[in-house]
Amino acid sequence: MDDTQGGAGHGKQYAIQLVVNGDLHSVFVKANTLLVNVLRNQLNLTGTKKGCELGDCGSCTVLLDGKPVNSCMVLAVEADGHEITTVEGIAQNDQLDALQQAFIDHAAIQCGFCTPGMIISARALLSHTPHPTEKEAREAIAGNLCRCTGYVHIVDAILAAAETEKKEV
Amino acid sequence: MKEDYSVIGRSVPKIDARLKVTGQALYAGDLKMPNMLFGKILRSPHAHARILRIDTAEAERLPGVKAVITHKDVPAKKYGVSPARRDENIFCIDKVRHVGDKVAAVAAIDEETVYRALKLIKVDYEILPAVFDPVEAMAEGAPLIHEDFPRNINVEIHQSFGNVEEAFARAFHVRKDTFLGHRTYHCPLEPHVSLAFWEGDKVTLYATTQKAHYLQVDLARQFDLPMGKVRVVCPFIGGGFGGKAAAMGLDFAAVALSRITGRPVKMFYDRDEMFTHNRGRHRQIMELTTGVDRDGKILGVYANFIMDGGAYTGNGIATAYYAGSLLPLSYVFENFKYDMLRVYTNLPGSASQRGHGAVHPKYALESQLEMIARDLGMDSLEIRLRNRRKPDTVTVNELTVNSCKLETCIETARKRSGWDEKKGNLPRGRGIGVALGGFVSGAGYPIYRTNLPHSVALIRVNEDGSAATLYTGAVDIGQGSNTVLCQMAAEAMGFRYEDITVVSADTERSTHDFGAYSSRQTLMSGWAVKRAGGMVKERLLEAAGVMMNVKPEELDCRDAEVFVKNNPVVREPFGKIAREYFVKNGPLVGHGSYTPPKLGGDYKGGTVGTSPAYSFSAQIIEVQIDEETGEIGVEGVWDVHDSGTVINPALVHGQSHGGIYMGLGEAIWEEVKFDENGRILNPNLAEYRMPTALDVPMMDSLAVEGFEPAGPWGAKEVGEGASVPTEGAVANAILDATGVFMDSLPLTYEKIWRALKNKKRGENADPR
Repeated sequence: MDDTQGGAGHGKQYAIQLVVNGDLHSVFVKANTLLVNVLRNQLNLTGTKKGCELGDCGSCTVLLDGKPVNSCMVLAVEADGHEITTVEGIAQNDQLDALQQAFIDHAAIQCGFCTPGMIISARALLSHTPHPTEKEAREAIAGNLCRCTGYVHIVDAILAAAETEKKEV
Repeated sequence: MKEDYSVIGRSVPKIDARLKVTGQALYAGDLKMPNMLFGKILRSPHAHARILRIDTAEAERLPGVKAVITHKDVPAKKYGVSPARRDENIFCIDKVRHVGDKVAAVAAIDEETVYRALKLIKVDYEILPAVFDPVEAMAEGAPLIHEDFPRNINVEIHQSFGNVEEAFARAFHVRKDTFLGHRTYHCPLEPHVSLAFWEGDKVTLYATTQKAHYLQVDLARQFDLPMGKVRVVCPFIGGGFGGKAAAMGLDFAAVALSRITGRPVKMFYDRDEMFTHNRGRHRQIMELTTGVDRDGKILGVYANFIMDGGAYTGNGIATAYYAGSLLPLSYVFENFKYDMLRVYTNLPGSASQRGHGAVHPKYALESQLEMIARDLGMDSLEIRLRNRRKPDTVTVNELTVNSCKLETCIETARKRSGWDEKKGNLPRGRGIGVALGGFVSGAGYPIYRTNLPHSVALIRVNEDGSAATLYTGAVDIGQGSNTVLCQMAAEAMGFRYEDITVVSADTERSTHDFGAYSSRQTLMSGWAVKRAGGMVKERLLEAAGVMMNVKPEELDCRDAEVFVKNNPVVREPFGKIAREYFVKNGPLVGHGSYTPPKLGGDYKGGTVGTSPAYSFSAQIIEVQIDEETGEIGVEGVWDVHDSGTVINPALVHGQSHGGIYMGLGEAIWEEVKFDENGRILNPNLAEYRMPTALDVPMMDSLAVEGFEPAGPWGAKEVGEGASVPTEGAVANAILDATGVFMDSLPLTYEKIWRALKNKKRGENADPR
């Protein structure tokens, strides 16, 4: 669905500033432009996927000031002045994040369409709960649907990444 | 039997894993082209209506709109998988046949303008009576959906093998039940996208398809183009499950809009449109009769099915045949009769979905077999062991089975699940159920009549021999075919998996292949790759023989090292020899192709269900039922399957988990529901109720050691087969937990609650 189906404020542009993956971006958006569309269309960060645009599937999950949100449910103007992390901002240069590596090692990826959102939700979990239980891992990704994996290898990967990070600390 | 392989049998990381975890993998929706327009299809709001007039003038006047097209602007010929049942137009001409049917399309400079323009198209409809149930649709005086199909009967099948009446007459026990299978939907996470552009008289379509070749054929036919003027490319595909397995309105509309505007056009379905396009699993009424002898041996099965086909045929022609033809696969019986009516209704078309055709009928058979076991006082595993398929046998409908380790699967599942300790000893509300599965490893015949090979592969080693590229037309929709085929290429060449790249699923820049359906690629594309790799190795060893002064047959190559077989210290690097070969002879390439042998019986429909090999599995599921609410907790799943030689264990288990997950979803939560006007009530992932990570348990997946003589390195399928037993295993677990026999899918909390209430009422009324 488009981000600007007429209505109030149609046509009027607002200047906003977003800090995305550490970089400051100034963009013009309409009042009803969705954050996911700014990321994908204006900043070319297409790692954030659109699976439903209804807040059901979680494919568009990004961190907004460290908290996971469905970026299809956030107006771009609401994100003005805030910090956003997308899947492109998870790795440190060419060094993959522990979660990314664990997803590879545990075959937690099939079609890959849910993967960016999964990794972001899991990243949020590990940042506040470094030693999650299986239940906590499942709760953290309960808003991220995956049609391919039955979540088995994804949960394995999240728990393994937590172990890796524990060792590194 | 166990060979020492260097790459086969290893859980190597997926070849595209890094791209996918970093967000670099480009899916069709991520693609942009210079000067690209956006397009969408205008859908019908009515289930059945005559189109009186379409006025596009106002939409065309909207600034930014570049084209508004209807049936008048595109070829009028109908498309469809079955030549006798081509029933779908790019845009509806005379009437619309379901809510969401295709009426017109718009291309404009941005999405916002597209949506505004769609609202400005005026369509006058004369609403016609509609019919939403296949039985009602066959009744006298029901609205006719397609003029050429009296009583709305789209496919009619009558097959008979042996003599089922005679078998029932001598049976100790004959049981007849009527089961209801429900309408479900694939729900790939990635919605459909079609991006088309023309260069002169040649069109390229970036498509979310599982079948690049067939889409190319359909586009060429529809637009009167030679195959060479149509290029279909699959970027990364975000899941298919059978839902991306046929040419669709979006593809044709994108090609047409791009031709008319002279610009690239990207079109997409949103989630709601995905549901109204549909082509998911058929709703079906399954009357099933099974006769057994005193010992529970099945003597005959009669399946009398009616399917709701929705408004169009698509792949549904194959579904109708598969629903019967795969029933005799996992159990042996010598008498079988199959009657099927696939009927048009004014609902979105149904077609192929994971476990094509086999899933709901298997639920019916497994549920009935469980009731028969109860009727006879037999153990659930015992009746299955007694009737199980055995290796090197032919089914009553002439499907040839080679390898089959069902007995090992059943016994292993028994142990891993703790069946013997649990069965009959579980606490109140807890139950355990079993079902068997089996599926084709690739359809024995192509979808249209052609003598093209089923799979072709080409391998090219680069100039210095440090890398190789595999060209394959196989489509990786997430199942990991690119990974598995590169493993196979490396094994066959004696090369390293890590140094192989792959170009796949591009009708111009890879090779010919029929694509991702009927669980065919590991076996069929795999054979082509094995042969291509073998040719590379043969040529390399020939050159190495000259360089090393050894006869080529005394040499072998493994992990990119050529060595003398009986004196392995004498060795040369692959790269050195490959470079020398390139300098002397030109590119070091190998190619291979695969066509299955002639398979199947000489009767109408005898080709559907044929395959070079079949997978088999046993699945055990444990549930906990809350008797107050009917809520089902899935507490454990044990899947043991015979997929022959396992090429990549991690990917095999991933397929198994995913198949079970989809099976659990369909068994318990998922259903496409309609209102009285044929509108979908739950066209979104939340209300359709795709299970979340909190709904499903960890799953125990095990592959038994097997070897399939018809498969490359002994491999056969896993991807769809894992879905086949799940619904039946859940139903049987519920039966075990509650004593309630559930004859209609999905097995919802509400149905269980009602059944338990009725059971209680019956018990209270019963003075005994």
